[in-house]
Amino acid sequence: MRPETEADLADMIASASAPVCVRGGGTRGVHLDGTVLETGGLSGITLYEPGSLTLVAQAGTPLAEIEAALDAEGQRLAFEPMDHRGLLGTSGAPTIGGVVAANVSGPRRVSVGACRDFMLGVRYVDGAGVVVKNGGRVMKNVTGYDLVKLMSGSWGTLGVLTEVSLKVLPKPETAACVLIDGLSDADAMLAMAKALGSPFEVSGAAHIPVGLDGQPVTMLRIEGFAGSVAYRADQVAGLFGGMAVRVERDPDTVAKGWAWVRDVEAFHGQSGDVWRVSCTPTEAADLAARIGAEALLYDWGGGLVWARVAEGTDVRARLGAFDGHATLVRGSGQAKFPPDPAPIAALSRGLRARFDPKGILNTGLMG
Amino acid sequence: MQMPTPDANVLSRKAGIVARLQEVLPRDAVISDEMETRAYECDALTAYKCPPLAVVLPSSTEEVSAVLKVCHEMGVPVVPRGSGTSLAGGALPTADCVLLGVARMNDVLETDYDNRFIRVQTGRTNLSVTGAVEADGFFYAPDPSSQLACAIAGNIAMNSGGAHCLKYGVTTNNLMGVTMVQMDGTVMEIGGKHLDAGGYDLLGLVCGSEGQLGVVTEATLRILPKPEGARPVLMGFDSNEVAGACVADIIKAGVLPVAIEFMDRPCIEATEAFAKAGYPMCEALLIVEVEGSPAEIDEQLALILEIARRHNPVELREAKDADEAGRIWLGRKSAFGAMGQINDYMCLDGTIPVSELPYVLRRIGEMSKEYGLDVANVFHAGDGNMHPLILFDANKEGDLELCEAFGADILRLCVEVGGCLTGEHGVGIEKRDLMVDQFAPADLEAQMAVKDVFDPHWLLNPAKVFPLAASESRRSVALAAE
Repeated sequence: MRPETEADLADMIASASAPVCVRGGGTRGVHLDGTVLETGGLSGITLYEPGSLTLVAQAGTPLAEIEAALDAEGQRLAFEPMDHRGLLGTSGAPTIGGVVAANVSGPRRVSVGACRDFMLGVRYVDGAGVVVKNGGRVMKNVTGYDLVKLMSGSWGTLGVLTEVSLKVLPKPETAACVLIDGLSDADAMLAMAKALGSPFEVSGAAHIPVGLDGQPVTMLRIEGFAGSVAYRADQVAGLFGGMAVRVERDPDTVAKGWAWVRDVEAFHGQSGDVWRVSCTPTEAADLAARIGAEALLYDWGGGLVWARVAEGTDVRARLGAFDGHATLVRGSGQAKFPPDPAPIAALSRGLRARFDPKGILNTGLMG
Repeated sequence: MQMPTPDANVLSRKAGIVARLQEVLPRDAVISDEMETRAYECDALTAYKCPPLAVVLPSSTEEVSAVLKVCHEMGVPVVPRGSGTSLAGGALPTADCVLLGVARMNDVLETDYDNRFIRVQTGRTNLSVTGAVEADGFFYAPDPSSQLACAIAGNIAMNSGGAHCLKYGVTTNNLMGVTMVQMDGTVMEIGGKHLDAGGYDLLGLVCGSEGQLGVVTEATLRILPKPEGARPVLMGFDSNEVAGACVADIIKAGVLPVAIEFMDRPCIEATEAFAKAGYPMCEALLIVEVEGSPAEIDEQLALILEIARRHNPVELREAKDADEAGRIWLGRKSAFGAMGQINDYMCLDGTIPVSELPYVLRRIGEMSKEYGLDVANVFHAGDGNMHPLILFDANKEGDLELCEAFGADILRLCVEVGGCLTGEHGVGIEKRDLMVDQFAPADLEAQMAVKDVFDPHWLLNPAKVFPLAASESRRSVALAAE
């Protein structure tokens, strides 16, 4: 199925009686039974007002088209959505609807927020074929319940997105990266906490236990106007007297380094399952040690741990109980999404039954 | 504004309900005397008053759970209340409700600077959250203007904003986790010390649900390191259009000020007469504030001033020191007090796309003449959140109704240009019946379906948010069930 309009899509869903697998660009590794429903026919930027920091686009719009339009006005999607293709070995063109449906965010999530934090409004078709809108195109809006957040990250299980409205931000003039060499995982978590707790607006904090040269490196990104970046990079470097600190000031090199972190390039082409652990940053090193991973990468100041493990490793069992959760990003044979505690699982089931009464949307995904 | 007829069955069972509540709470935590419940008869929307059946003031999540269990079993509606500062009537009781106040729950439970969060009980006031961490160089970003009095519980219920949202976002962007009690007494943890939900974003759903999905008793809030410094600049223009264009140009230039505040001539005149801040008499005034080290502030302000000069300002005033900065903010911060000196006023809260600013201000001016009521505009220009203040005389017959009709027209105008009814105050009862102007029946149905899941009998704050006609069948099913 490939609807060309929202009304077509509503008709298709209303008359569907068997499972439907919603697909944007097909790059995020969702393989389900059912008729594939491609959103690519619903494409195009509906509205873009740089002076209002607002962009509205149909859900099937290629991400690249949106990024190009923003770039032309010196703006960007500040939540830095990850590109999953290299990690998952998928092809295709990511769509904005897919980004929103999966709440895909990158390293800047730790400072500015996730995709869901930049979502202003949605239109979607629910599982009964009813068109619903929520939110709008303005930055402050508390009119009614926030279904925008609910839809962001619901992986197409509550409705098929047809249009999304986003807050965008100015692209900074330049960027620099403070690099600390040789820290243990535990020391790196403390260093990142120190940097993120400083007033110097660190916009990314990652630790790579085995860097390109085989040695550990901790990365702290600074972005903004040139004078400000130079000043803050020096101030951040100054927080780590006695350590092996360098400052990378070439913006292209900095951008490449962070794209490498964002897309977890260290794991590309390497075998094994890949897990994503969301946790309290200062607990990250201890938790990671429990996993017994073949390779690790820490983002979000430690709040996000990427782990590459031998195929079939039950990472959830190894982690035990902790504040956070683990998601299987690449691999099979285990539940992709973490199990919810009982009261939350009951509410989630209730919501799903109401939003998708026929039980046809991305059946089998998310509990 | 209509409220549903109180349920006679509940009213007749008052003694029995109070007795059950006294079984699960300490004696002084249940108030049922009619003289004393009167203290809770309204929130900051003071035009509407109604004492509740009883008031409970629990001190812990366990006590909240026990109270809700009793009310659930006995079919009694519950209206949750933070500090009662809602301008939308979010905490307005009904005669047949138990009003649940969280004011006694105001402890700081945990402070963690390495992971940048604070966990508090939700009766704690907004400003005292910052107060608990500022000596260590941190702050809690959302800053509604009632921050001295308003509680975190109410901030979460209404997804409150403030003057600095352009940079830091609103409550939902700064909330990491909650302990919430459902109407049947079930206690649950949503979110926590980590970022992002593992399943559905129920935290995002609960934030801004106006106390209709559960009672939030504890909250994990994101705290941020305080910037090195901040400095405002004041600019005056001879038309709203030019001031609006200047705001758009500043944003397009890539500067992200922490605040861009806008005042129009009626507001400037009123505040000047009241606070004598030395503001220039002009059509539109902007206060733009940026943050950082002194050199960073200079860098940003140089760019902002260059843009402002291109728009031929009638006044450009930089703050050289803290005293001058204080004077720039003085008028803005006393705007509401100044209007209160002139007359009674109603404060609206619609949001519009920033590009529609000049048109909307012109239309409000025209409508002001048609209604014969004065309006002053003061608002957060960077994010389009307007606060038109309509002046009226509460003692004059029919003036409140006229003012409400005018306000409703302004809010419809906000929706018409692509905006919304409320940017940060919430729907409550105030905008409840206007929801049909912003949402189609299917849009409201989807939202009400969420309440069905969280609170199947519609006992939590039931007469708010949704037009009474739209929610009637659900509310009457709840009553019939008893």
